[in-house]
Amino acid sequence: MTTVASTTAGLPTGGTPHLSHLDVLESEAVHILREVAGEFENPVILFSGGKDSIVMLHLALKAFTPAPVPFALLHVDTGHNFPEVLEYRDRAVARHGLRLHVASVQEYIDRGVLKERPDGTRNPLQTLPLTEKIQSERFDAVFGGGRRDEEKARAKERVFSLRDEFSQWDPRRQRPELWNLYNGRHAPGEHVRVFPLSNWTELDVWQYIAREEIELPGIYFAHEREVFQRSGMWLTAGEWGGPKEGETVERRRVRYRTVGDMSCTGAVDSDATTLDAVITEIAASRLTERGATRADDKMSEAAMEDRKREGYF
Amino acid sequence: MSVRTGTAGTARTTVDTLSFATAGSVDDGKSTLVGRLLHDSKSVLADQLEAVERASASRGADAPDLALLTDGLRAEREQGITIDVAYRYFATARRRFILADTPGHVQYTRNMVTGASTAELTVILVDARNGVVEQTRRHTAIAALLRVPHVVVAVNKMDLVGYAESVFAAIAEEFTAYATGLGVPEVTAIPISALAGDNVVEPSAHMDWYGGPTVLEHLETVPVGQDPATRAGRLPVQYVIRPRTAEHPDYRGYAGRIDAGTFRVGDDVTVLPSGRTTRISGIDLLGEPVDAAWPTQSVTVLLQDDVDVSRGDLIVPSAAAPALTQDVTATVCHVADAPLTVGHRVLLRHGTRTVKAIVKDIPSLLTLDDLSPHPHPGRLVANDIGRVRLRTAEPLPLDSYADSRRTGSFILVDPGDGTTLTAGMVGDSAAGATACGR
Repeated sequence: MTTVASTTAGLPTGGTPHLSHLDVLESEAVHILREVAGEFENPVILFSGGKDSIVMLHLALKAFTPAPVPFALLHVDTGHNFPEVLEYRDRAVARHGLRLHVASVQEYIDRGVLKERPDGTRNPLQTLPLTEKIQSERFDAVFGGGRRDEEKARAKERVFSLRDEFSQWDPRRQRPELWNLYNGRHAPGEHVRVFPLSNWTELDVWQYIAREEIELPGIYFAHEREVFQRSGMWLTAGEWGGPKEGETVERRRVRYRTVGDMSCTGAVDSDATTLDAVITEIAASRLTERGATRADDKMSEAAMEDRKREGYF
Repeated sequence: MSVRTGTAGTARTTVDTLSFATAGSVDDGKSTLVGRLLHDSKSVLADQLEAVERASASRGADAPDLALLTDGLRAEREQGITIDVAYRYFATARRRFILADTPGHVQYTRNMVTGASTAELTVILVDARNGVVEQTRRHTAIAALLRVPHVVVAVNKMDLVGYAESVFAAIAEEFTAYATGLGVPEVTAIPISALAGDNVVEPSAHMDWYGGPTVLEHLETVPVGQDPATRAGRLPVQYVIRPRTAEHPDYRGYAGRIDAGTFRVGDDVTVLPSGRTTRISGIDLLGEPVDAAWPTQSVTVLLQDDVDVSRGDLIVPSAAAPALTQDVTATVCHVADAPLTVGHRVLLRHGTRTVKAIVKDIPSLLTLDDLSPHPHPGRLVANDIGRVRLRTAEPLPLDSYADSRRTGSFILVDPGDGTTLTAGMVGDSAAGATACGR
């Protein structure tokens, strides 16, 4: 991968330094991570093993170097994870000496607190285990890798987003967010969701991964996989319950643009085996990341808003 | 990563980013303009457009309603108005854009203030049939108060006035006179039809008399970035990094994002508010040692002496330290539902520092329609703009907002529930001075 213009390259003596757009985004995200470290008692990073949370962890490592990351990780385990992603998660935790909390959807189903949905998707089921874990561990700031370019309800999200004691988001009562003065004040029981990647786009994330040579789970690159078609998407066959009767499995060359629950995260046909090829493919794509690969967002015009209101990330 | 200093001569390989905001009255077609910009610059992908077509058809519309691209909340789509700021991202070959799509309704003026606070340009929409109205003046005043460097007036719905040059010219003249009077440094007027697509991305075939740029062309070419690197250095300390590991037993770094000025290893610096002086012995740029750093880099500074520095302090060059003060005079926009009153005890957040403060006086309230001052209103309610005098419990190193949008701004916070109450701009402002009767 070619090196992106660095922060200080191109600086004539006494002239104006030029920061590349990735430098600006990186610096802003680091500023946000450090604000949380300075203002909160017990923050946690939501870590799915997807590219956005991987980038967020990478930024946290840089923000506090040479000290360790002062945050633990929290994984909401749907029980239908890609094995490659779980393996990546555990390696990252071990390598950086981090503490990992897990909120398990399967455990809630086993206890009878949550019921499996008829359509088999577990994405909406993540909200309760997540919010209960936040309450029981008394996390007061919860980092998410959400980006405003992902979806139009997310486009309304603040960088610091206050959640009430039920973890609810009220988009009509958000605090105005002025200049770069983030207000993290909250009452006991409330918490703040923090989105350091708010101003990043999907392409920015990939360009940054390439620049920083960040390792990713293999499912982001083209590989052969047993998949079947449901609602126009290629879903992976697996123990989670797919395929159903009448759905036929075939072997295709695919990759993933997002990482989520296997029941609702679709693969795209792809030959992109390198970061450069992935970037070229995304730049030419006529579909958004979520439109291409997320079944749950297609349920209604306000699917994301409704889930976010309840406490989803 | 390759970050080095002093390697002059490398060609610029990346494009700039322009942060801009839109404003305008309800029904002036703001969401349609934003939708048109995104659509015609090919920033809308197939699945998004398909969703808009589906939603438009289910509402009985014959053509896709581009406003549905941006109105992201259920309540917004139901009412057909924008309630809160949404941020959009798009890029052309020449530039990347961060667009704060802000509401027009007077009830949501504070959300326009939010969008304008980080914008380098504001597009204010005017309906060609109605001309400059109260809400236009309000939005222009806010852009002036917040010192948004560039203002564009987009005279929309030209298709409904027969694309008449005289209509455009009259509005452009009236608007420019008004904005210039408020101290707006640069006004660009563009006649458009957001619905039909005239002069938004493509030049209009209906207005030969107009020789200027389209909206997108202007956004792509307007100069961005003031030069905060040449101003006096300002580094608010966010966090102290102390690993206390075997590898780094004595490392003590002061982490922060540079607001202004250049910091170099060897510089004599002063830590405020204590006033202690020392020298920069090292600068780490996210793990890489560098000789110098600039706005808006997030860095970690190492100091020669073991002075007491903590979150909330400001590191400045000893030769260019700002004065400390406990008496703050500012132009403010009140953003909370509960009013701000004389005697109110609040928290003042400036940079990384939060101090107690008391509202000593509210000398004037700005009447936005005609910019006349209303003396001693006693209180400010939501969306009011006025002058405020505060006394802080501890001295603060304040710059004037006119000199720096970063170190001259602050927010007031309710100490009880943490609500953001008020957005503040230190010192006089061009608009504030005339408008607030100073």
